[in-house]
Amino acid sequence: MIGASRWSRVAFAVWAALIMLFLFFPIVIIMLYAFNPSNVQSWPLPGLSTRWFSSTWHNAEVRQALWLSLRAGLLATGVAMVLGTMAAFAVDRFRFFGREAVSLVLVLPIALPGIITGMALNSFITFNALTFSLLTIVIGHATFCIVTVYNNVLARLRRTQSSLVEASMDLGADGWQTFRFVTLPMIATALVAGGLLAFALSFDEIVVTTFTAGAQNTLPIWIFAHIRNGQQLPQVNVVVLFVILVSLIPVALAQRLTRDTGVLRSGAGAPAASAAPAVGAGAVP
Amino acid sequence: MNGAVRTRVSAALFRRPWLRAGLLLSGPAAWFVLIYLAALFLLFLSALWSVDSFSGKIVHSWTLTNFETLFKVPAYRTIALRTIGIAAAVTVTDILLAVPFAFFAARIAPKRLRAVLFVAVLIPLWSSYLVRVFAWRLILAKDGILNWFLGKIGLGSLNIGYSNWAMWIVFSYIWLPFMILPVWAAIERVPDSFLEASADLGARGLRSFRLVLLPLILPGIVAGSIFTFSLTLGDFITPTLVGGAGSTFIGNVVYQEVGIANNVPFAAAFATVPLVIMGFYLLVARRLGAFQAL
Repeated sequence: MIGASRWSRVAFAVWAALIMLFLFFPIVIIMLYAFNPSNVQSWPLPGLSTRWFSSTWHNAEVRQALWLSLRAGLLATGVAMVLGTMAAFAVDRFRFFGREAVSLVLVLPIALPGIITGMALNSFITFNALTFSLLTIVIGHATFCIVTVYNNVLARLRRTQSSLVEASMDLGADGWQTFRFVTLPMIATALVAGGLLAFALSFDEIVVTTFTAGAQNTLPIWIFAHIRNGQQLPQVNVVVLFVILVSLIPVALAQRLTRDTGVLRSGAGAPAASAAPAVGAGAVP
Repeated sequence: MNGAVRTRVSAALFRRPWLRAGLLLSGPAAWFVLIYLAALFLLFLSALWSVDSFSGKIVHSWTLTNFETLFKVPAYRTIALRTIGIAAAVTVTDILLAVPFAFFAARIAPKRLRAVLFVAVLIPLWSSYLVRVFAWRLILAKDGILNWFLGKIGLGSLNIGYSNWAMWIVFSYIWLPFMILPVWAAIERVPDSFLEASADLGARGLRSFRLVLLPLILPGIVAGSIFTFSLTLGDFITPTLVGGAGSTFIGNVVYQEVGIANNVPFAAAFATVPLVIMGFYLLVARRLGAFQAL
């Protein structure tokens, strides 16, 4: 068998270690830059300090961008949770024409190159003569966030038995009661996990946002603009550290909530998700 | 709502599954059809329109001028070929990086390590894309960590910041997890007995890999390549941040035409290039069984 010999095992292990180094090195470096005391962005750093943290915190532009990102993320997550759950229930419980296509269509906004989704939404906005606002950002974000909730809830629904619903009805519960006391508790953690991932996805997004935000700045757009014109780089570094932490916390929580289905691996960032929500779920302990 | 009415409503719904299905689907279907699919359609319709050069307004009459410009102006051809070439290079690089790693993770690593590796692949996947590109911009810069390191070990310096080399490295880095995950899943599904049988029949490591493992994991590799290829084709952030003067991508042109030149019809026409390429790519991928491996 391949990899049976001791030396090839060692070689594979070394390769894996190098890949790990490759994957994490830039993330560690960029986090260190937030503590760069100098406003010159060169290596080695002259020392470590938190001197830029307070000026970043008091930067009005940053605050505005953060506030916009948070509102857009929360609203888009809300829309995605409702629509994604509805789609997941429809696909799990019913057979209808076009059922196979639902997953494909829902994943399109993240599987297609970002510029295409962005441009499409942009022409939707101009065609309907909407002005760029929080609403247009939310429309864009919700469109590509739906699939994360959908995948999570669908994976959970496939693992639960519909006999529980029938039992609840037999015992006299009406549709609403069954949903409230039987179905909802079953899908609750998957739903929350999907929502957290949707938020993480929305909070980071830049390509689609540039086409739907007009002149407004979300946090990633603010970062992008300042990297390009090279202004306020020390503060950009601090914001970047913050963005990494904010996007990882929801993901870590979501992972804890969906241990059973392992949905994260196919999750949202990975459009891979679409076809089979829990790709090889059993494989990972 | 009082109890009796509620019971009757749910009973009515229970007896009519089509009604329940319809109600559930109405929300997401309306959202996607009215907002997204209609917009996509509109976008590609607009590729056949043009912009009046004086007023800057869109002229709603059918024309193929945009596509003619695309084919006739050499600069656009160069940009398209560059985009496709780098997307292909990135895909090959990611396959070479991911397969040995996935093999280790799926078959050699002990169970506990596997769980750790799994999370370790997910973390970069989920951390901000923009932030990771920015990190490489700092690393590859003239006074960045790469040149500092090369200087330390006495190799002089390497000015690959803001170049196609930088784009190749950064794209390969960014999309690597998208390749690792499907390949990992594919390798995991190959039964041990297949590789044992191959070894028993006398095939050594590389031969087993080529004749037994590779054909079995090919769908996983193709599935991963859909993402590495498609995501590179449609990007404009990485070329903007780490590319140089000769690094314009299709995405950059599209972005400028929409954002600055306000020529949506031409941008839409150029955007059909990656879309058509991906269409063909997906057709081939489906034949190779990649959709089951997603």
